[in-house]
Amino acid sequence: MNEIKEGEYMRNIDVTEVTKVVKDSVIKINHTLSNSLVSLIKKAKENESKEISKSILDDILNNQEIAKEGNIPLCQDTGMVVVYLEIGREVILSGNIYDAINEGVRQGYQEGYLRKSVVDHPFKRSNTKDNTPAVIHTTITEGSKIKMKIASKGGGSENMSKVTMLTPTEGIEGVKKLVLDTIKYAGGKPCPPIIVGIGIGGNLEKSAIIAKESLLRDLNDEASDPIINKLEKDLYKEINKLDIGPMGVGGDTTCLAVKVNYYPMHIAALPVAINIQCHSARHTEVII
Amino acid sequence: MIKLITPISSKDIETLVVGEKVLFTGTIYTARDQAHLRLIDEPNPAFNLEGSVIYYVGPSPKKDGFAIGASGPTSSYRMDKLSPPLMERGLKVMIGKGDRSEEFRKEMIKNKAVYLIATGGAGALLSSKIKKCDLIMYEDLGAEAVYKLEVEEFPCFVAYDIYGNSIFDRS
Repeated sequence: MNEIKEGEYMRNIDVTEVTKVVKDSVIKINHTLSNSLVSLIKKAKENESKEISKSILDDILNNQEIAKEGNIPLCQDTGMVVVYLEIGREVILSGNIYDAINEGVRQGYQEGYLRKSVVDHPFKRSNTKDNTPAVIHTTITEGSKIKMKIASKGGGSENMSKVTMLTPTEGIEGVKKLVLDTIKYAGGKPCPPIIVGIGIGGNLEKSAIIAKESLLRDLNDEASDPIINKLEKDLYKEINKLDIGPMGVGGDTTCLAVKVNYYPMHIAALPVAINIQCHSARHTEVII
Repeated sequence: MIKLITPISSKDIETLVVGEKVLFTGTIYTARDQAHLRLIDEPNPAFNLEGSVIYYVGPSPKKDGFAIGASGPTSSYRMDKLSPPLMERGLKVMIGKGDRSEEFRKEMIKNKAVYLIATGGAGALLSSKIKKCDLIMYEDLGAEAVYKLEVEEFPCFVAYDIYGNSIFDRS
C-alpha cells in the first residue's frame, strides 16, 4: 500500500498478474462447465418427454465429462473472449491492462489448444492467429480490487442475437413478442437448450452490453425487481412451449434460463437487446 | 439405427428417413464457408466428390496423443447457397447443425442427397469417434481447411430426407 494522501490508500497491481488470471480462466472455462449448468441440464433431461431430445441432452452431459477428464475443449468453437472489467479507483496499474488481458488470451489460447477464431477485417478476414483482441467493457468502481467477468462466446449463438428499438407503448407485451419471435427464428441454430440474456433500456449499445452481462449472472440468480422477475419467469415458460427443443429437434427443453437486466432510458425509447447463449455457457468471475 | 459405410450410394440415401440415428464409418471430409467457395471452382479436388460425405466443422487444435481436437458441427445455413454445385458433382451427405433454407432443401431432394445433424457443442464427444485426421486441401485456411477424417460409428440424426420431411417441422 502506498500512501498518496491523508486518509486515502492506493494498491499497486502488477498487470502480469492480470495476464496470468486471464490465461488460466480461458483454459478452465473451455474445458469445464459450471456445476449449476450441469445440474440444470440433468434436470432438463429428466423432464424431457421426447426420446431423441433426451438422447441429445445425454450427449451434452457425456461431452462435458469427456472434456473434463481429457482436458480437451467442450466445443471446437472456443469463442471470442469478452471481459467485463471493473477496476477499483484505489488501484494503481503497473502497465497497460488491455495489453495484459490480450496477452492472457494469447497465452491461454495457445497453451490450452483452443481454436483461434478471430479475424482482423470484415472483408479481408485474416485470422489474427492468437484469438486477440478480446472485447473489453470497463467500469471504475469503489475499492482497491480488480474484478473480471470473463467469457468465451461462440459464434453460432451470437449470430442469432439482435438489438431492436421498440417504442415505449409497445411495453412488456412488445418485449415478449420480440423475444419469442427471435428465438423461433433462431430455431436449432444457436445450439439449444439456450440461455437467453435480455437487456432492456439504456440506448442502442447499452442494451447490448447489459444483455451480455445478464448471461454472466449466476444461473440460479433471479431479478430483484418484481416486474422483471416475473418477465424472466414468464419468458422461461413461454420459450419452453415453443417446441424447438435440443438442437431444434423438438421437445420440452428449449431454454435453461432467462436473464433480464435493465437500465434507465430516454422518454422516447425502449431498446431491447437479446443475446443468445448456447448450452455450452463458458464464463467465470475472478477478483484480484 | 442405421450403420453406413462410406462412400454413400443413392440406395443408402433411400433408406434414410427423418429422425433416424445414423452411425457413419469410413472416410468423411471437412469443409466450411471458405473451403466451399474454393471447392466450387476447383476442377480437380483432392478427393472424389461422388458419394462423398462433407462435415461442417472447424476443429480446435489437437493435443499430442489425440487424432484431432474438439470437433462438433458448425451451423449449416451458411453453406446453403454453396452446397448445390457440389451436390451436382456427387456430394451425397452433409453433416452440420440447425435448419436450412427451402431452396437448399429442394436442391438436396433434386440431387438425391441427405442432410444430417450431429449434436452441436458436443465437440469432445464427437472427436472421440474420429480416429485419423489428415489435411488434404487449403492449408492456409487453418481450422477451415479441408481435412480427411477416418471415423468409426460417427453419430448423427437424419434432419432432411429425400421424401421432403424435416426434423425441424412441427405439425
